[in-house]
Amino acid sequence: MLIINIAGVILIALIIWWFWLYKPKAEQVGNEDLVVVVENGVYKPSHILMDGNDTHDITFLRKDASPCAETLLIPELEISETLPLNKPTKIQIPPLSTGEYAFHCQMQMYKGTISIK
Amino acid sequence: MNNQPTEKTIELDIEGASCASCVGKIEDALSAVPGVQRAEMNFAQRTASISGLAPSKTLLQAVELAGYKARVISSESDIEVLDEKEQADLAHYKELMRETWIALSLGAPLMAYALITGEMSVNSTTEKISWLVVGILTLGVLLSSGRHFYVGAWKSFVNHSANMDTLIALGTGTAWLYSMVVVFFPEAVPVQARHVYFEATAMIIGLINLGLALEVKARGRTSEAIKRLIGLQAKTARVIRDNQEMDLPIEQVLMNDLVRARPGEKIPVDGEVTDGHTAIDESMLTGEPMPVEKAKGDEVVAGTLNKTGSIVFRATRVGKDTALAQIINMVKRAQNSKPPIGRLADVISAFFVPVVMITAVISALAWLNFGPTPAIAFAIVSATTVLIIACPCALGLATPISVMVGVGKAAEAGVLIRNGEALQTASKITAMILDKTGTITLGSPKVTDVVVVSGRTEHEVLQLAASVEAGSEHPLALAIMETAQEKAIELSKASSFNAITARGVEAEVDGRRVLFGNEKLMHERDVTLNVAGDDFVQKAQSLAADAKTPMYFAIDGKLIGIIAVADPIKEDSISAIQRLQKNGIRVIMLTGDNRDTANAVAKKVGISEFFAEVLPEDKAKKVEELQMAEEVVGMTGDGINDAPALALANVGFAIGTGTDVAIESADITLMRGSLHGLADAIAVSKATLRNIKQNLFGAFVYNVAGVPVAAGILYPVLGILMNPVIAGAAMAFSSLTVVSNANRLRLFKAQEH
Repeated sequence: MLIINIAGVILIALIIWWFWLYKPKAEQVGNEDLVVVVENGVYKPSHILMDGNDTHDITFLRKDASPCAETLLIPELEISETLPLNKPTKIQIPPLSTGEYAFHCQMQMYKGTISIK
Repeated sequence: MNNQPTEKTIELDIEGASCASCVGKIEDALSAVPGVQRAEMNFAQRTASISGLAPSKTLLQAVELAGYKARVISSESDIEVLDEKEQADLAHYKELMRETWIALSLGAPLMAYALITGEMSVNSTTEKISWLVVGILTLGVLLSSGRHFYVGAWKSFVNHSANMDTLIALGTGTAWLYSMVVVFFPEAVPVQARHVYFEATAMIIGLINLGLALEVKARGRTSEAIKRLIGLQAKTARVIRDNQEMDLPIEQVLMNDLVRARPGEKIPVDGEVTDGHTAIDESMLTGEPMPVEKAKGDEVVAGTLNKTGSIVFRATRVGKDTALAQIINMVKRAQNSKPPIGRLADVISAFFVPVVMITAVISALAWLNFGPTPAIAFAIVSATTVLIIACPCALGLATPISVMVGVGKAAEAGVLIRNGEALQTASKITAMILDKTGTITLGSPKVTDVVVVSGRTEHEVLQLAASVEAGSEHPLALAIMETAQEKAIELSKASSFNAITARGVEAEVDGRRVLFGNEKLMHERDVTLNVAGDDFVQKAQSLAADAKTPMYFAIDGKLIGIIAVADPIKEDSISAIQRLQKNGIRVIMLTGDNRDTANAVAKKVGISEFFAEVLPEDKAKKVEELQMAEEVVGMTGDGINDAPALALANVGFAIGTGTDVAIESADITLMRGSLHGLADAIAVSKATLRNIKQNLFGAFVYNVAGVPVAAGILYPVLGILMNPVIAGAAMAFSSLTVVSNANRLRLFKAQEH
């Protein structure tokens, strides 16, 4: 029983670490436009790194028919875009100050961040 | 009709153009393509615009040969986009329904067997074999009907995120794996726990797919308002070029094109009438039921319906610049924005799924440690049920789905709400400031009385007054000019014109010094206002008491008469103000007019609180004063002079005249002039907020109560443990309930009068 309990506690610790504490590597946006694919419940890539001096384009391509995937919101930038299925949608990100800007679907099940270094 | 092949413009999106020198290279490559007449690249936007007859495929090849990548920017209309979306939604619905049937056709008989026989355990070899077959069949269901849950769960897991898929995949996965362990190694679990849960696994997948399918259907209905607006756009326009009339797709109509609209046709783009006259039904945009007369010089707006005559108009705004396109854009944006009330739900849903997973683990541990035998079975059932019942979707959907319906509903009533925040604040307004001119009144004054001293004629006074005011833009001057025109009075030339701020004007007409203005001006210039025992001040006061603005008129220092001008009160202002007051809103009127006029108007419309002679810059101060007194202030103005006050107010309402909307200037724009729009806006906001609260409350209660019950909190007291299938059904229908509740808002009717 002790082993089971320890295993349970470890499992909880793993959940906390994996979903909350771990910081995944970000994808850098350079001169080439970045394409973010919306599929199977995730944005890929979901962590985007860019410099804040320039305007950047991010192209979103939604391959997921689920209605959840339809809306893309970047609340801090007041961007709200409807993504058509299987058609690239270009989102222009204006020059930004250093920080993290979250983008997500209406229900925050699809999540990602834009980090400005 | 012109049947010549028309040259078209193709827009390309260019990738890989990193320096300005690429522009020349790309333009040269495109220009070299046969059939291209003109190729221009916009480096800032990384787009190229090519006109001519060349097909897009050749153009793309040319760009690629030059070492870049290109893609055609779709120029399809909103209608096409919408059609495609509907088709995609329908396909998705059918797919989900197919998956539902597959899963239920296995789950339902299994569940019936379980209910009838109560025999779902593995004790003999025969049972072992038959359950193994069922287990493999269930796996087939999971991999076909439930595939999207597992793929989604895995992808998000790898991505360090978790969502609804994660919960369903974990829940059904646990149940299936445990059952397979029972089938293969029955001796590994206590005899009482040798129970299989294949029926639950299949039923849950089926029910959740059914819930998702119904949700897709219900969601389609939430965007009805935007569909209606998009449907207002005409597909073609009858354009007159080089004296030839041709039907062109509206995307090809250019600024300054002459366009013909025949009776019964939609106006395709915004424009100014150059020929003909007609009546146009603008109700679809403004909610105003009466058709509006249009003649040369009047504006027409895309999406409205030409009723009676044939007109030709010059296109002034085309494509994405038309008022209709801007309205659609604004409504779309607002529909996707979130009011502050939804923020808590956002914070919660960000942590929701991992918290549920942790709860499931804790619940399983609790059963294993303290539960009765067979503890392992109880632990599996409770963990599965916790994972299945928790519904992040209902919580996440609660706010946005109601905002979508509410904002759309408002747009149908001619009320444009900028964003979710404006929607929420509008529902809480306690004080409403109304600007008098143009808001309560029509804003176009008319001459109502001309009082003359004996020996003078009305004609003379009007002739001199109109001569002085000719060329002035002041609304009172316009009223006098209009009357002079109606009476066909010929004007004289005025010279040495001098406008005296807040007093009036002076000028010389036909060698005589003319003074035209208020009492203050007359006093300052020592003009006697009592002529031969006749007290003109009293006459002026009695005119003012009747909501008219009297102005004294003097020649060479002697009074010759009074001209009274009044701005008529809009027909329905009184009933609309009553509606606001009935809602417990303190209604306050502001005006730059004199006290007497203000008093008279306020009395007529039933406002007891008003401020007269307020300078435009002081309007913002009044807003501030009310805010200091803890009022949530709405400010309504025409959006032009009142910008600072509109911006400062908690909610600024711009009242448009017809479709000439001041879209950028206010939180809420009323497309028709009536103040009922104001009461409608507040009513829609209140209804939407109420709906959001119901949704949030429902979703919170559902999860807060459902998860502990699923974990088995009632078991020690009442001996109740929830069945995972019930949890699946509850979960499937919780988000559907939220969407359906939001759909109830579609039935909302702004009650007029």
